[in-house]
Amino acid sequence: MRGLVTFLSAFVVVALGYWAYHQNILTQQSIREVERLQREIGLEGENLSVLRAEWAYLNRPDRLRELVDLNFDRLGLLPMSPAQFAVMDEIVWRPETQPPEAVPLQAENILFSASQTEEPL
Amino acid sequence: MTRRIALRPLARILEARASGANPDAIERENLARRHEQARDRMRQRAESRLLMLATAFFAAFLTVGVKMTTLAGSEPEEPHIARSAASVLGTRADIVDRQGRVLATNLVTNSLYVQPNDLIDPVTAAAGLAEIFPDLEEDWLLRRFTSGSSFAWLRGSISPEQQQRVHDLGEPGLLFGPRDMRLYPNGALAAHVLGGARFGEQAVNSAEILGVAGIEAQFDAELRDPARNGEPLQLSLDLTVQAAVEEVLAGGMTLMNAIGAAAVLMDVETGEVISLASLPDFDPNARPRPLLVGDQADSPLFNRALQGVYELGSVFKIFTAAQALELDLVEPETMIDTRGPLRMAGFSIEDFSNYGPENSVTDVIVRSSNIGTVRLAEMIGTERQQEFLRSLGLFETTGIEVVEQRAARPLYPSRWTDLSRATISYGHGISVSPLHLAAAYASLLNGGTRVRPTILRRDTPQEGERVVSEEVSALAAAMLRQVVTDGTASLGEVEGYEVGGKTGSADKPDPEGGYYEGRLLSTFASVFPANDPQYVLIVTLDEPNIVMLGEERRTAGWTAVPVAAEIIRRAAPLLGLRPESVDPELAYQLSSASQ
Repeated sequence: MRGLVTFLSAFVVVALGYWAYHQNILTQQSIREVERLQREIGLEGENLSVLRAEWAYLNRPDRLRELVDLNFDRLGLLPMSPAQFAVMDEIVWRPETQPPEAVPLQAENILFSASQTEEPL
Repeated sequence: MTRRIALRPLARILEARASGANPDAIERENLARRHEQARDRMRQRAESRLLMLATAFFAAFLTVGVKMTTLAGSEPEEPHIARSAASVLGTRADIVDRQGRVLATNLVTNSLYVQPNDLIDPVTAAAGLAEIFPDLEEDWLLRRFTSGSSFAWLRGSISPEQQQRVHDLGEPGLLFGPRDMRLYPNGALAAHVLGGARFGEQAVNSAEILGVAGIEAQFDAELRDPARNGEPLQLSLDLTVQAAVEEVLAGGMTLMNAIGAAAVLMDVETGEVISLASLPDFDPNARPRPLLVGDQADSPLFNRALQGVYELGSVFKIFTAAQALELDLVEPETMIDTRGPLRMAGFSIEDFSNYGPENSVTDVIVRSSNIGTVRLAEMIGTERQQEFLRSLGLFETTGIEVVEQRAARPLYPSRWTDLSRATISYGHGISVSPLHLAAAYASLLNGGTRVRPTILRRDTPQEGERVVSEEVSALAAAMLRQVVTDGTASLGEVEGYEVGGKTGSADKPDPEGGYYEGRLLSTFASVFPANDPQYVLIVTLDEPNIVMLGEERRTAGWTAVPVAAEIIRRAAPLLGLRPESVDPELAYQLSSASQ
C-alpha cells in the first residue's frame, strides 16, 4: 500500500513537472509571438505614420491649388462662390454610390463642406 | 532484516536461577541496554531530520540569494507582456486641425554619423559625402575624419535617397541611426501658430524633439508625454480656411505693395481662432534663424497677428460709441457736435474732411469722425473709458495658447490724461495686437459677453462676463453694417453675407518719436453676418500703397477692406455659412448642371 502511494506520488510529481515545463515552453512561445507581433505593430504604425504624413503632404493646399489650376478647364471647374450652396437632397448620386444618411433639412446640415470630417485612411 | 532479540534474556535468567543469583538484576540490565539502544536510534533519526531540514533551509536561502544577486547584477527590465508597443507611443503627438487634418506629424528618417576609426578610406569618403550633401565641404569633412576623434555627427536627418547613396559609398565607418523628424506637411501654412521644433538630446538610436516656438513650445510637455498615448492635439484652426486666408492675404499684400500683413478670423461665441495668418511667413520645416541685428518685427518669424502691438486707429471708435450707448448717454440718432478742429493740450484733432457741424452717433461711426468720437469720450469720462477697455481685455495679454503672446502686452499711457482719453477714443495712443482687437470685437458683438481667444478646439460657447447688453451689441453690429453700406468700407460688401466692419488707418509711430509721414497701418475689423454675428475678421496691412482711380491710396477703405471682402467671400462658404440672398433656384440649377 505504502509503496503504491510512493509510486503514485512520484508519478504525480513527474507529471506535474512535465506539465509545468510544457507550460513554460508554451508561455515562452507566446511571449516570442507577442514580441513579434509588437514589432510588427510598431513597423505597421511607422508605415501608417509615413502614409499619413504622405497623405497630408499630397493634400497640402498649395499642391491642390496647383492641380486645380492645371485642370481647371479639363474638369470644367468653377471658381468657388457663395452661390453654389445647395441642399444635400438636391444632389443626384451615381447609382453605385450610396448618398450619406439623409439629414433633416436644417440650416446647420447644409454645411457639408465644412462639417464633413476628412478621414485619410 | 534485523536480528530478532527476545525481550527477556531467558537463557541468562535460567542460568542465574540455576546458580542462585538474582535474575532481576539481569532483567534490569537488559532493560537498560534496550533503552539505550532505543535512545541511540531516536537521536540518530532526529539528527538526520535536522540535517535534512538544514539542507532544505540552505537550499531555500541559496535560491533567494542567487536570485537577489542576479537581480542586482542585471539591467532593470520591464516584464515582457507589459512592454507593449512602447516604441510606437514614445513619439511626439501629432497636431491636427479642427477637422482632424494633419498639421504636424513625425516621419522616421535616419541620422548620419561617422566613426572615423572605422573608415577605410577617409579621402574617398569625404569626397563622396561632399558630392551627396552639397553644403558639406570636402576639406572640412576630411579634417574631421583625420582629427583623431572616434565619433562625429554629420547630419540630423537625411532622406531615403541620400541614405541609399551614402550606403553605396560602402564605408563601414559611416553609420545611420533612426530619427523621428518633425514634419509640417503643409509647408508655410499656419507656420506662426505651429512654430517649429528642433532636436534636443541626441543619441545614436533616438533623439529628443523639442518645440521651439508657437504651439510646439507651448504644449511641449503635453506633446511629449507618453501617457498621452499618441492622441493628437486638436487646434481650432481650419486648414482650408487658413489656406484661403493666407492665399488672399498674400495676394492682397502684393497688390497693395504692403510690407507685411496679418489676419485673424475668430468665432465670436467660442473664441476659437479659425485662422491666424501673418505675412511674410516661413517654412517651419526649415525654420530660419532669428535676426541678429535690426528689428525683430522685420523677421518672418515675427507673428504680426499676435506678437505685434500697433496703434490700430479708428477701429476703436465702435468701442467708444458702444460704451456711450451702454451708459444711456446717447441713442444712435442723438446728434453730436462735430465742429473742428478741436484743440487740446497743444494738439489739434481734425477729421479727414469736414462732416458738417452735427452728426448722429451712427454717422460719427459711419463717416469715422474723430471729433465726434472725442465728444462721446468726454461724456463717458476717463475712469469709465479705462474700465470699459479693460473689460474688453485690451490692457492685458490675450492668453491664447501660443508662447509668443506672453510678450505681446498692450501699450497704453501710464498717466491717462484728457488728451489720452481723446486720442484713445479713436484708437491712437494705445497699442494692441490684431488678436486683441479680434477678441474685443467678438466680445462686443456676440451679444455682449467677454470672449478670450483660444487656439484649441472647443464646442461650447464661452460664457464670459457681460461687457455690454444684448441691445447695445445688436446696435453696434447694425452701425458696423452701415459703415459698409454707406460709409468708409463700401468695398467690403460681399454678396450674400451681411458684412459689417470698421476701418482704421493709423500713421505708424517712428521709434525716434512722432509719427511717420505717409506710412500707414491699415486695418479693417469686420463681422459677418452682421444681423447674427458669427465670425470676426481682422485684416491689417502694413504700409499699403496703391494707385487707384488716379490717386495714391493708403487708407484702409481702399486697401484692407477689399482684401477682407475677398477673404470673406472665400472663407464664409468654407465655414459653412449659407449666403442670405442666394436664390435656391439658381443653386439648384448649378448643382444639377454639374452632374
